[in-house]
Amino acid sequence: MSNEKTLGEVLRQQGVTRRGFLKFCAATASMMALPPSMVPRIAAALEKARRPSVIWLSFQECTGCTESLTRSHSPTIEGLIFNTISLDYHHTLQAASGTHAELAREKAMQENFGNYILVVDGSIPTANPGYSTIAGISNLDMLQDTAKGAAAIVSVGTCAAYGGIPHASPDPTGAVAVTDIIKDKPIINVPGCPPIGVVITGVLSHYLTFGAIPELDALGRPLAFYGKSIHDRCYRRPFYDKGQFAETFDDEGAKLGWCLYKLGCKGPTTYNACATTKWNEGTSFPIESGHPCLGCSEPDFWDGGGFYKAISMPTGDITRTAVYAIGAGAAAGVALGAVNRARKKRAEKAHEKVTINDLEKDG
Amino acid sequence: MSDTGATEFRVETGEALTYNVIPLLHEIRHGLARLLENDAATTIDLRSIPMAPGEEERIISVLGTGEVEAHMTAMGPSEIMETRFPGVWLVTHYNTENEVVGKFIEVCDMPQILKAQAEDIREGLAQLTAQLA
Repeated sequence: MSNEKTLGEVLRQQGVTRRGFLKFCAATASMMALPPSMVPRIAAALEKARRPSVIWLSFQECTGCTESLTRSHSPTIEGLIFNTISLDYHHTLQAASGTHAELAREKAMQENFGNYILVVDGSIPTANPGYSTIAGISNLDMLQDTAKGAAAIVSVGTCAAYGGIPHASPDPTGAVAVTDIIKDKPIINVPGCPPIGVVITGVLSHYLTFGAIPELDALGRPLAFYGKSIHDRCYRRPFYDKGQFAETFDDEGAKLGWCLYKLGCKGPTTYNACATTKWNEGTSFPIESGHPCLGCSEPDFWDGGGFYKAISMPTGDITRTAVYAIGAGAAAGVALGAVNRARKKRAEKAHEKVTINDLEKDG
Repeated sequence: MSDTGATEFRVETGEALTYNVIPLLHEIRHGLARLLENDAATTIDLRSIPMAPGEEERIISVLGTGEVEAHMTAMGPSEIMETRFPGVWLVTHYNTENEVVGKFIEVCDMPQILKAQAEDIREGLAQLTAQLA
């Protein structure tokens, strides 16, 4: 671990010119979702920034968050930032295992007590500590022990931020979020299933650059990335405003790229940077690929009532028709199936414009 | 599905989707006016704007190419291109893996990144002096 040198010194040692450093700062500002006018400030701060020690703990998780981080950014400009961060402990990425791995964690904690960044992915089981252990230590004990000396905690992924999928009904492990356990440390939630890789590094870079946690929303998320809803920044928003919706995944509206609201898009209630930062090196995001937003950066998204059910849809007429069908002696399932098929056919044939007022009326 | 059984796809590059093009061009126009009046530069981060498929390409095609095109190699390649509107530059930064790490429209006399930096000049002077010694 060598955190005596500043980032400016480290980069110069690597042969990076001032021009290269300015380019690095411009890309960092963009990554942190900060305006380009901030570049001089970022340059001044990064010049003096020192490598922080980072301890990464993985609890009840699927490693998707680490995948997101490594697939998207290694060895990019963000990767370079990671060269300048001392990642002292990460189950998946570290070479050491067993006793040596745990010793690395303890050493990093001792040497940087009060100054290291603790990154957590995965939720913590509370029903029985034996549900998830590392080197015989329960997740709960390891979190409490490691959090003591942390300057700040970053909860990466919806599981660490809000309990996520392990917390979904019926929640067999009694999964909880980091914020449910740790109350005396600054905690930044970076939710998403997984979060966008560049958002993870952007948050870490913000701490590295400014030595402070970024401005957060009510759910503990950095406003720079989670300040706007997917819906507000969606390029398909004009179709929503005009009442032009895809009714099925293969109808004319879907082909024309109309709004996916009626197909269950959770964009209006989901706060994340997907619509601007996008995925896979800025290629696209789910809505651009024709799939509704699942709302994965929101608490309890898994129990939201169905990915393909619209947030407030006119289920009324279906129910009414089904009741009539039962009255006529037909099976409700058959009736519903017929109604859905009829709706789909209708939608395919003629794309009527449906306004939000119509939706609300029907609901 | 078409008669042949093949799925039909439409590439969404039509005018109908390019809602960002006109407002962005206006922003550039305002930027040019500010540059002339107050010598104030404007930088627009293209990654911060929610683009529809094909929109960025459309903006870049409307801006066209001008008289100056520069290539820089510092922590990966960069392209600095003046558009057909003098004072409007398209700056694209890549990392060493040739992935785009930043794309900006700069409205200025010359993008800052093109200028030789004092630290680098100092180092170059020292090297040249040492070579001549």
